[in-house]
Amino acid sequence: MQKSQKNTQASRASITRRGLMLGAAQVAIVAALGMRMRKMQLEQADDYRMLADGNSIKIRLIPPARGLIYDRNGVLLAGNEQNYRVTITREDAGDVEQVLADLRRLIPVSDTQTEEALTEIHRQPPHAPITVADRLSWEQFSRIAVNTPALPGVSPEVGLSRIYPRGPDFAHVLGYVGAVSNYDLKKLEDPDPLLRIPKFQIGKTGVEAKLEDELRGSAGQRRIEVNSLGREMREMDRREGDPGVNLQLTVDYRLQNFAHARLKGESAATVVMDVTNGDILAIASDPSFDPNMFVRGISSVEYKGLMENDHRPLADKTVQGLYPPGSTFKVVTALAALDGGVVGADDTVYCPGYFEVAGRRFHCWKHSGHGRVNVNQALEQSCDVYFYEVAQRVGIDRIAEMAHRMGIGVRHDLPMSAVAEGLAPTKAWKKERYNREWLIGDTINASIGQGYVLASPLHLAVMTSRLASGKAVEPRLIRAKNGVEVPVAEAPSLGLPENWLRHVRQGMDDVMNGRHGTAAKARIVQSNWRMAGKTGTSQVRNITAAERARGVISNAQLPWNRRDHALFVCYAPVDNPKYAVSLIVEHGSGGSTTAAPIARDILLFALSNGLPSLEAYPAGQRDEIKARFDALQLVNPEAVNSGIKSRA
Amino acid sequence: MSYLESNLKTVPTGIRKVLYLNYPLIILLAAVCCAGFLMLYSVAGGRPELWAEPQMKRFAVGMVLMLVVAFTPIWIWRNTSGVIYLAALLLLVAVELFGTIGMGAQRWLDIGPVRVQPSEMMKVALVLLLAAYYDWLPADRVSRPLWVLIPVMLILTPTALVLMQPDLGTSIMLIAGGGVVMFAAGVSLWYFGTVIGLVVGLVFVVLESRGTDWQLLHDYQYRRIDTFLDPTADPLGAGYNIIQAQIALGSGGWAGRGFMQGTQSQLNFLPEKHTDFIFNTLAEEFGFIGAFGLLMLYTAIIGFSLHAALMNKDRFSSLLILGVAGTFFFYFAINMGTVMGLLPAKGSPLPLVSYGGSAMIIILASFGLVQSATVHRPR
Repeated sequence: MQKSQKNTQASRASITRRGLMLGAAQVAIVAALGMRMRKMQLEQADDYRMLADGNSIKIRLIPPARGLIYDRNGVLLAGNEQNYRVTITREDAGDVEQVLADLRRLIPVSDTQTEEALTEIHRQPPHAPITVADRLSWEQFSRIAVNTPALPGVSPEVGLSRIYPRGPDFAHVLGYVGAVSNYDLKKLEDPDPLLRIPKFQIGKTGVEAKLEDELRGSAGQRRIEVNSLGREMREMDRREGDPGVNLQLTVDYRLQNFAHARLKGESAATVVMDVTNGDILAIASDPSFDPNMFVRGISSVEYKGLMENDHRPLADKTVQGLYPPGSTFKVVTALAALDGGVVGADDTVYCPGYFEVAGRRFHCWKHSGHGRVNVNQALEQSCDVYFYEVAQRVGIDRIAEMAHRMGIGVRHDLPMSAVAEGLAPTKAWKKERYNREWLIGDTINASIGQGYVLASPLHLAVMTSRLASGKAVEPRLIRAKNGVEVPVAEAPSLGLPENWLRHVRQGMDDVMNGRHGTAAKARIVQSNWRMAGKTGTSQVRNITAAERARGVISNAQLPWNRRDHALFVCYAPVDNPKYAVSLIVEHGSGGSTTAAPIARDILLFALSNGLPSLEAYPAGQRDEIKARFDALQLVNPEAVNSGIKSRA
Repeated sequence: MSYLESNLKTVPTGIRKVLYLNYPLIILLAAVCCAGFLMLYSVAGGRPELWAEPQMKRFAVGMVLMLVVAFTPIWIWRNTSGVIYLAALLLLVAVELFGTIGMGAQRWLDIGPVRVQPSEMMKVALVLLLAAYYDWLPADRVSRPLWVLIPVMLILTPTALVLMQPDLGTSIMLIAGGGVVMFAAGVSLWYFGTVIGLVVGLVFVVLESRGTDWQLLHDYQYRRIDTFLDPTADPLGAGYNIIQAQIALGSGGWAGRGFMQGTQSQLNFLPEKHTDFIFNTLAEEFGFIGAFGLLMLYTAIIGFSLHAALMNKDRFSSLLILGVAGTFFFYFAINMGTVMGLLPAKGSPLPLVSYGGSAMIIILASFGLVQSATVHRPR
C-alpha cells in the first residue's frame, strides 16, 4: 500500500512535469499562430485589402450620350434614340440553341444574325450578354419582355443609337456614325476606353467624324462588385459621364431642304453663304443618301446601289468635288488685271471672235466676236477674248495670287470630310508637278477657268462672298457649342481698292440686269433684292480642231456624261449684299440655262426666309415658277416644330 | 489496484454528478460551436438551411452524447477501451473495403442511414487505449523498448489504414495524439528525439522519391507541398486556394469587414469556405479581433483541460484528458497553421467550426470523456 502510494506520487509528479511541458509547447505554438495573425491582419492588412478589392471590384464604363446637332434655328439634325435590343447570356440560357429557336418564333431574327450571335456567344465568357437583335419595334420589344420567363438568359435592353431625323438632307454635312472598327482603333492613338466597348458608335464622316472628340463626351464609371466568375453582384457607386457637346450649325434646315428639292434629279451641288460673316446656310450635294442606313448597318444591295449610281450619291460635291470653274473664274482674272494695273476700268479690248498668240488661235464662245469691250461689258457678255488678252498681260502668277486672295486654291477649314484644296496654278507649280515650262496657252486657258484651274462649289461661294463684301470672309459651319456662340472674328479687308471691286460687281450686275447679260432671263425683278451673278460653263471634253471645223456638237446631242458642267455664282441684294450662292450642275450644259434659275430660287428662298413670292420673278416666268414650286416636296416646318416640342 | 479503485468511495454518485461537471469547458465548447454557426450562416449567404441548421442539430446530438459519456463512470471507459479500439480498427478496415469515396479519398462508411467517419472515432479510441495501457503499465517499464514498441504498434496500425484512404491529415493527427499520451506517460525523451530525427529524414526521402517509380505520396500531395513552399508560383491553379485564403484573412484587418460583408467569401473567391477555410471567412469578416478571439477560446479549452488533467490524481484520467486535449490542439493548430500559410495545405477542418457533423459529434463525445474523468475524480 505504501509502495503503491509512493509509485502513485512519482507517477503524478511525472505527469505534472510532462503535462506542463506539453502546455508550454502549446502556448508557444499558439503564440506563433497569434503572431502570424498579427502580421497578416494588422501589418499587411492594407496590402491584402487591395488584393481583395482588386479581385472583386471591377470598373464598367457608362457610355455618354452623344452630343446633339441642331440647325441654326434649333431644329434637331442628329439625335439619339432609344434602341431596343435583345441580348442573351450563355450562363443563364443553358441550351442556347433552343432559346434562340424560341426567340425566333417571337421576333424575326435572320439566319446570319443567329449565326453571328452563336459564334459571339461561344467566344465571350459565359456571363457576357451578347446582342442577338437590335432596333426592335416597341411591339417586338414588349413581346419579348412579356415572355422573358420562358426565355432563360434572354434580356430586353435599351440603349442609345444615333438618328438623323432630316434623313438625306444633311448626309454629307453631318456624315454618319458607325460601330468602331479595328481599323479605327489602329488609326487612332486615342486611349479613350469607350472605344473598346463592342459596337460603340463613332463618327465616320462629316461633322460627326471631324468633331468626334467633342461629340463623344466622356465615359462615366460604375464600380461593381463581381464574384469569382466575373458576374455582377451589385453596383457600388456610379459616376455619370459628361454627355458630348451639343452643336449648333450655321445651316438652315429649310433652306437645305429646299436646295435639295431644287437639285433633285441632277448630279449637282450648291453652297449658300452669308457674305457678312461666312455662315454656311446651306451646303447641299445631290443626289444624297440616308445616313440612317449606315447607322443601322447598310445591306450590300443598298451599298452596291449607292456605289453604282453614276450620279455618285456618296461623294460630297460641295467640298470634295473639284471642277474647272469656267467663266465664273473671270471674276478673278478681271480683279488680277485691274489690280495689276495692266488695264484700266474703261480700257477696251477688241474681240474679233478669236485670239491669236504664238501661232495658236483661241476662240471666244461667240464666234462673231463682241467688238470693243471694257471690263464691265466683258463680264456682262462673258467675252473670252478680253480675258485672254488681260491675262496674258498680267501673267499667271498674279492671277494665282488673286485667286488665293479670293479663296480659290486654298483649303477652307470646314469640319467636313475631305475638304478639297482646289488649284490656282502657277509657273512654279507646273514645273514641280509636270517638270514642264508654263506655256502662254496655259495662261489663256486659266484666264477663263479652264485648263489647270480647279475649284469646288465651296471655293466659288467664298469667292463670291469676298467679292460682294470686300472682306476676306472665311466659311464656317459651327455656330454654337453647348449654347455658347462660337465667336466670329471680323473678317479683314481683301486689300483691294473699292473701285476695282465696284467695276467687277457692276459687271456681275449687268450679267443679270444688263441689256446683253448672259443670265438676264434668271434675274430678280424685285428691286430691293436685285441680284448679281456670273455664269460658267466648263468643258468636260476637248473640242478638236476637226470638230470645230465641222461645227461643235451641241450638248443635247452628247451623252450625259460628256456634256459640259453648268456653273453659276451670284449674290444679292446688290446694294447691300447678304447672301452668296454657288451652284454647279454636272453635265448640265449651260450655266445660264440650267444653273442660274436654280441658284436664283435658292437665293430668293434665303432672302425671303421661306418660299419666295412670285413678285420677285419676271412677269412672264411666274406661272412656270408657281408650277415648279407646287411640284416640290418640301419639309413641313410645322411638323418639324411640333416634333421638337414633343421631344422636349 | 490503482489510485482510483482505492479511493472509490470519494467519487460522487447519482444526481450529484451534475455538480461536478467542468462547466467552463462546456461553455467554451458551446461558444466555439456558436462561432461556427454564425460563420456557416454567413458563408451560405444568409441561408441557414444550407449548413448552419444541420450543424446545430448535430451540435445538439453531440452535447447529449457528451453528457451521456460524462455520466458514465470513467473506469467503464477504461475497461472497455480495448474493445472500442478494436471496433474502430474494424470500421477502418471496413471503410477500406466498402467505404464511400468523397473528396478524392475513401473516408466514409454508410451504416444504414448513418454515415460515419471511422478515422475520427479512431482518434478518440487510440487515446483511450493508450491512456489505459499506461495506467496498467508499471512506471518503471514505461521506457523499456518492448513496452514502447507496443503503443507504437497500436498507433501505427490505424495510421497505416488511414494513410491508405488516403488521409494524410488524420494520419498525422493519430500519431500526434498518440505521441502526446506517450509523452505525458513519461516515455524517455530520447525516443521522441529519435522519432523527430527519423521524420526529418523521412520527409527528405519522400521529397526525393518524387517522380520516381517508388513515389511515396500522391501527386496532389506533392503539389500541396509545392504550393506551400511557393503559393504564387501557380496563382490560378494549385496556389489559388491558399492565395485567396490569405487575401481573405489579411484583408480583415483589425475589426474585419463586417458580418456577411467579406468580399472574398461572399463572392466565392474563397474555396472550401464552409469547411477547411472557414477560419479565413471569420478572419475576413471579424478581423483580428474575431480571429484572435477564436484562438483564445481554443487556448482556453486547452488551458482548462490541462488544469483538469493536473488536478486529477488518477493516472488514466490525467493521460486521457491530456490526450484528448492534445488531439484537439493539433486539430485546430494544424488548420490555422494551414490557412495562414504556415503549414502545407492539406485539407483539415477547423474543429467545431467547420461544417461536418461526424467530426463535431466525436469531438464533443471526446470532451465527454474529459468530463467523465473530472466528475468521477476521487476527492
